[in-house]
Amino acid sequence: MTIDEHLFRREAGRMVTALTRVFGVHNLALAEDVVQDALCRALEVWKFRGVPENPAAWLMTAAKNRALDVLRRERTARTFAPELGSLLESEWTIIPALDSVLDPSVIRDDELRMMFSCCHPRLPEEVQVALVLQILCGFGTRELASAFLCSHAAMEKRIVRGKKMLASAKTLFELGARDEFPARLAGVQRALYLLFNEGYHGASEAAVRAELCDEAIRLVVLLSEHAAAATPATLALGGLMCLLAARLPARLDGAGDLIPLVEQDRARWDTRLLAEGRRLLDSSATGSEVSVYHIEAAIAAVHADASTNSDTRWDQVVALYDTLLVLRDSPVVALQRALAIAERDGPAAALAALRDIDPEPLATYPFYFAALGELERRRDQHEIARGHFQAALALARNPLERRFLAGRIADCEGKR
Amino acid sequence: MSEFLYLYRGGVRPESPAAAQQEMQRWMNWLKDLGERGHVKAPGQPLERTGKLVSGKAKSVTDGPFVEKDMVGGYSLIEAKDIAHATELAMGCPIFESGGQVEVRPVTKM
Repeated sequence: MTIDEHLFRREAGRMVTALTRVFGVHNLALAEDVVQDALCRALEVWKFRGVPENPAAWLMTAAKNRALDVLRRERTARTFAPELGSLLESEWTIIPALDSVLDPSVIRDDELRMMFSCCHPRLPEEVQVALVLQILCGFGTRELASAFLCSHAAMEKRIVRGKKMLASAKTLFELGARDEFPARLAGVQRALYLLFNEGYHGASEAAVRAELCDEAIRLVVLLSEHAAAATPATLALGGLMCLLAARLPARLDGAGDLIPLVEQDRARWDTRLLAEGRRLLDSSATGSEVSVYHIEAAIAAVHADASTNSDTRWDQVVALYDTLLVLRDSPVVALQRALAIAERDGPAAALAALRDIDPEPLATYPFYFAALGELERRRDQHEIARGHFQAALALARNPLERRFLAGRIADCEGKR
Repeated sequence: MSEFLYLYRGGVRPESPAAAQQEMQRWMNWLKDLGERGHVKAPGQPLERTGKLVSGKAKSVTDGPFVEKDMVGGYSLIEAKDIAHATELAMGCPIFESGGQVEVRPVTKM
């Protein structure tokens, strides 16, 4: 039997979350050890005997048995979950207590609680994202370091810091905590947004880390299935992710190089994801809340509605960027707005709009210089364009970006 | 064709869930491929990492001692032309990627 290629990683997230309920958040490392043991057992047994009928259940049983051993051996030496309390102390109640926590519907809620715990407001956003990916999605430290283009030691430091904060809380975040819930939900949405973006145009070796996008979508779906967490902003965020992820099949060419939106073959966009994205965006239009996710999803929907780049309602796109700038005044948004102006009014108007942006925060942002180069190229200023592309090349973060920019530079040189 | 016992020794644990799954997949592919080429008499079994050692005339019983790096973690029964062929087939084993060893032992014929 064949299994989902992410089975171990995903089940690890579910099992660690469930066992954290049993052992208490302060024993997170113990939960991780038990899960690692269960996965190694699966590796040892399955390689000889093949994959069992229900692999996820097999793994959960292996983790449960190992957890029982640990609880029996260490219940006098350690304090476990305060929420389960004395139920873990008696042989009469220990198995029913464990079963109740390992019930799939209970785990769903616990995954949410873990997500909220990881997005603690006192943790920097990059730590929140790393925690979510490690604990809930089962990514190893080395895999995360490579996805975020940082050293193994730096990623480890990030994760250790986050786990320390988690452990200080003893229990997972209470979804019923009315006072804290809205602010924490906003933090969770932001972390998932960043997680998706990291996958969509991250700094890693590969231009697209589809797994990160998949995880972000999976977690936002989890969020949208919980009554209190399914706010319009959550639904809009889900819509945005689906509408963008729909373009993934068209984002790389045969050689694995990046294709800009304006040059993509839209026939290759995933129609199922487009439909799901539109549905979520429609359902997010309730109430008075308009979030940045609403606007970004609306922009993505305008692109999705156009069958070719020239059919795009660029006037709508520019207007939406105007609104987005009001909600989030960032130079990156201003840059994107200028690129939309280029499509509507031509490169000269876009360059004028770019001159209004403070270049200081964009000084290390390769796409700023790439955009300048692109606009100059389009008004046949190849020499100036070449200079901008070279500046972008010096800042490029992966071989893909470098190949793309080197191609543009050669192109400019050919036209001098 | 002769029979050979592969004893799988040592090897470090994978460091992440994804790495564990990839290792498992490599093992399954390797054994499946050997089986399709008619070399697998029995895929064999994994062995627990714990056990007892009974020794001496006094039949003293101790835990282990099993040294992690050369502990047998499992075995397979393989069919090959000769020891050279059996050794050649063992080269494809994924255990080498995790620093383990395969001991290839001919099963005594007569």
